[in-house]
Amino acid sequence: MSFEIPIGPQHPALKEPISLRMTVEGEVITNADIRLGYNHRGIEKVAEEKNWTQNIYLAERICGICSHSHATCYVQGVEKLMELQPPRRGLYIRYLVSELERVHSHLLWLGVAGHEAGFDSFFMYVWRDREIVMDLLEMITGNRVHYAINAIGGVRRDLDAGQKAKVLEGVATLKKRSEYYLNLGGTEPSFVARIAGVGRLSRELAIALCATGPTARASGVARDVRKEDPYAVYDELDFEICTADTCDVLGRVVVRIKELLESYKMIEQMVRNLPAGDIACKAPRKAKPGEVVSRYEAPRGENIHYIRANGTDRPERLKVRAPTLGNYPATVEMLKKGFIADIPLIFAAIDPCICCAERAVALIDARGGETAVVRMSDLRRQAIARHLNAPVKGNAAWPL
Amino acid sequence: MLSKLARWSRIKSPWILHLNSGACNACDIEIVAALTPRFDVERFGILLKATPRHADVIVASGPVTRQMRDRLIRIYEQTPDPKFVIAVGACAMSGCVYRGAYNILGGIDQVIPVDMYVPGCPARPDAIVDGVVKLLGKL
Repeated sequence: MSFEIPIGPQHPALKEPISLRMTVEGEVITNADIRLGYNHRGIEKVAEEKNWTQNIYLAERICGICSHSHATCYVQGVEKLMELQPPRRGLYIRYLVSELERVHSHLLWLGVAGHEAGFDSFFMYVWRDREIVMDLLEMITGNRVHYAINAIGGVRRDLDAGQKAKVLEGVATLKKRSEYYLNLGGTEPSFVARIAGVGRLSRELAIALCATGPTARASGVARDVRKEDPYAVYDELDFEICTADTCDVLGRVVVRIKELLESYKMIEQMVRNLPAGDIACKAPRKAKPGEVVSRYEAPRGENIHYIRANGTDRPERLKVRAPTLGNYPATVEMLKKGFIADIPLIFAAIDPCICCAERAVALIDARGGETAVVRMSDLRRQAIARHLNAPVKGNAAWPL
Repeated sequence: MLSKLARWSRIKSPWILHLNSGACNACDIEIVAALTPRFDVERFGILLKATPRHADVIVASGPVTRQMRDRLIRIYEQTPDPKFVIAVGACAMSGCVYRGAYNILGGIDQVIPVDMYVPGCPARPDAIVDGVVKLLGKL
């Protein structure tokens, strides 16, 4: 006996419209179906009607959380097409903003993960600290979310000594806060127990389903474009790929906290070693015919832009593959064999209101399909029995 | 007397529903940021609610994609009267950079009546708080 539970497209805690259809047997999910397209705006078509510069601002508005990722990925590709070599100071500032964005995105995710695990004070703490990095971004670029710092051939704004000092100061505070989160697992065993073992994705499946970013890295796949195919300044920076081998939500939290610390390291290196010189070079109005693929490690994974030019001042084709799309097949696999209560954790941004769903006194045995009226005491006995048979997670270790 | 009480309670505790009609997530994270400690709209009694049936104010973002149109209308109809709609962000007002795209309708007011517009791409959390408070002043 299986039921289908529709979730979305407009759902309470859903930040974006997406529809999920869960097939459940009892409380165990047997199949999941993701329906997309509610957010389709037709950006790729609009891009063909705007010129190279206008498209930076369009690419930025593909996503609000990783806005700099899309804009940078696009600009990188266009610079390759136009055979431009942006000045080093410009590149350093561009990738400084890119690491600050990773910090803001990971903090945002950590907060949401805490909220979905029922740890709301963690959510509030993390979002309070996130305002520090938002202030830094606003100071450097002039805006909180859509930074618009990129230009073809460099960046639009320079960094002065006072701003450099402020960035270092802000990062030092954030580092202290992140170290507090690092030790959090030791003091909050209930949080660790809630997220350990949820949403398993084995290493083999992560590779087979092309998972990217922290999702893949939490399954032990050390895959990071910044290290494998270092673009721009990343071959000069000292950092490590963060992985975890627990293959579950715990691993994903751990990978993100570790990546935060790596990002702080990179930000400090970039601010301290900021080369002197210009911040941008002049870009031609038109690009020669040709095509290019641009790769970028966004906070959520590998971001790919394919750009084709036909010799005019606008692209003939712009194709975007965002990291989340690459992670959908893996998400379906993670949801299978999970519990309904784990959907929000696994899907992180989705909070299904199952507890407000209708309840019936007559219970249907999921395996046999028989209907029976069960007394409260029987239900309680069954719940205790299930709890005893459940995998013990009370002693799950915080691997940091 | 009763209407006075109703008006007072409406102003003191407007519950909001956050609705994304195809936005880029930027306005949405700013709406969430408005709920967190730095801006903390809860001091005005504003609470983010889970269902349109509990909400007084719909805070909508996005240029309204074709797939979301019917759902937007359905959610608007599910909200009990009196209801107010705040369109947050430039694309909820006019479509912003997406204007001219084949799959968008170009603004919340193309589909449902809007009471308050908050400009910005994206609107800052303080602007959103200001928008909500100004709407309460109109009551």
